Amino acid sequence: MIRTRELTKDFVVSRTRTVHAVRGISLDVEPGELVAVLGPNGAGKTTTLRMLTTLIPPTSGTAQVAGYDVVTHPDRVRAAIGYVGQGGAGGASQRVRDELVTQGEIYGLDRRTARGRAGELLEALDLTEQADRKIESLSGGQKRRLDVAVGLVHEPSLLFLDEPSTGLDPHNRANLWEHILRMRTAAAEPMTIVLTTHYLDEADTFAERVIVVDNGQVIADDTADALKAELAGDLVTLRVAPDDAAALAAVAERAPGTRSVRVVPESGASSVAIRTVDGPGATPGLLRAADAAGLAVSRVDVARPTLDDVFLGLTGRSLRETGVDGSGAGPAETGAPTGATDELSTDGSEPTKKEVLA
Amino acid sequence: MSAATVSPDLTPTSAAAARQLPRRSFLRDTRIVLVRELRPVVRDPFSLVFGLVQPLVFLGLFGPLLAGSAGGTLGGDVWLWFVPAVLAMTTLFGTSVTGSNLQLDLSSGVHERMLVTPLSRPAQLVGRALKEMVPIIAQSAVVLLVMLPFGLRPDPIGAALTLLQLAVLGIGVGSLSYALALAVRKQEWMFWVVQQTVLFPVMLLSGMLLPLETGPAWMRAVSSVNPLRYVVDSGRAAFAGDVLSSAVAWGWVAAVATAALGLAVGVRAMIRSTD
Repeated sequence: MIRTRELTKDFVVSRTRTVHAVRGISLDVEPGELVAVLGPNGAGKTTTLRMLTTLIPPTSGTAQVAGYDVVTHPDRVRAAIGYVGQGGAGGASQRVRDELVTQGEIYGLDRRTARGRAGELLEALDLTEQADRKIESLSGGQKRRLDVAVGLVHEPSLLFLDEPSTGLDPHNRANLWEHILRMRTAAAEPMTIVLTTHYLDEADTFAERVIVVDNGQVIADDTADALKAELAGDLVTLRVAPDDAAALAAVAERAPGTRSVRVVPESGASSVAIRTVDGPGATPGLLRAADAAGLAVSRVDVARPTLDDVFLGLTGRSLRETGVDGSGAGPAETGAPTGATDELSTDGSEPTKKEVLA
Repeated sequence: MSAATVSPDLTPTSAAAARQLPRRSFLRDTRIVLVRELRPVVRDPFSLVFGLVQPLVFLGLFGPLLAGSAGGTLGGDVWLWFVPAVLAMTTLFGTSVTGSNLQLDLSSGVHERMLVTPLSRPAQLVGRALKEMVPIIAQSAVVLLVMLPFGLRPDPIGAALTLLQLAVLGIGVGSLSYALALAVRKQEWMFWVVQQTVLFPVMLLSGMLLPLETGPAWMRAVSSVNPLRYVVDSGRAAFAGDVLSSAVAWGWVAAVATAALGLAVGVRAMIRSTD
């Protein structure tokens, strides 16, 4: 459905400065896939999407979308794809239904068919009550659903979503996704969806495949679970008396599946943080080994890794820290407010963990 | 593609069939854009009232001054001299700001949405520009009706032709305004700087408010390259009944030339409007 080879895009900012926004991206997306392109702001996600949707020409490299080259056959590509951009698709003074009818006509439907299709989409996306309202009067969630409806008018086989849920509250975000996934399966052949996001949980929950982009390049590409297992691993934290911490760390080092061990001193007790391939599977063995060594473990936490851990493992930076303003400031100076699981951090910020045992 | 299947289960209907039809018509695309642009105007005609404030202010507060001070030099009916100028002014002000509508669409995702569709890019400009004709004719007609009780008695054919000529002029000015919006899309505030800088010289050098004949020679020389001046002169001649005069002919030349230039510049800007 998508095939790019060494796709690049440079933006000439001034005579002396050129920004290499995309530096050689080669991608293959098969029909029916749901792919999230994840990365901090400024990573080149949107630029890549804009090339794939024919909005800007590549500087070099090739891209075939829906079977056609984006440079030589942009009209073929445009006819085949749906696009939901970052901005709102509906004109403020237009009415909801009118915009959908217009969009249908743009794609070659006659007026009657376009009206029928608009009615279907209004119903499918819960906008029937708003059909005759001006778009400027809609709520944020309603507007975003309209954007999706506009992108789906011609039943595209491939849908691009650029930061689809930015600015929506969690409730509206979940609601939007419910609609997107329903539309995807309602199609005769499952629609291919490519979305960009900097929301970790969005990529984690909805995408079947995650492509991590940083600095204009693909740095990882797999399912979220595989990425997490390969590049981060689970975090098991055992609490013991301070005197026993070093001994427990040595035990943990020898345990199968252990990748790294770190001792975190705490008041009155010490925590031994163990990165391991399979946390829930490794924990019983760790506890037995600790018991055999005469070490009394008072508390166990097992945390599954997040995609942020993956990004951190790949780049040494946290997405939460770099994702805010796109300045690409590199490792941020302070810990993330939500406490990303982070072995490199020196402030000992605790990850959100699932408590297993008290 | 005529099989209009309204199925709630979203099976691929004629939309999928339409995808097989890459043939597009420029006229159809232009009509789609034109109809879309006109919808808010037709649905909410009250928005046109705003554009009527300015001409009515000038007619009410400047017209009497003109009659008092320059009435003698104008010879004949002051309204026949001033009303066509006010209509040209309304056209100029209304269409020169229309690029700001496109600015809204540029800053939201509307323009981008259109660019990702197969819709012809020239049609996206032409459809928008043609829409300018509607407010011009509607507002001008209202001004004429309002002025009838105050003694305006234009030649009916001349007045109708003048409205048409202004509409053609408006296509050109509107296109230039869109082109400006596209050209300065990375510094939006520049739009108003350029628009205001150009607007007032063009207006004053058209002889709209006061006769250029009483001005210095250099002003008359500069005004001879101002298309608006020919349109204003044409309107005055036509309102007075000289529909077949050379002034009217030159007015048409100026209006058509402005439209042609505007469309050429605008279409070029639209095609280049992506990155």
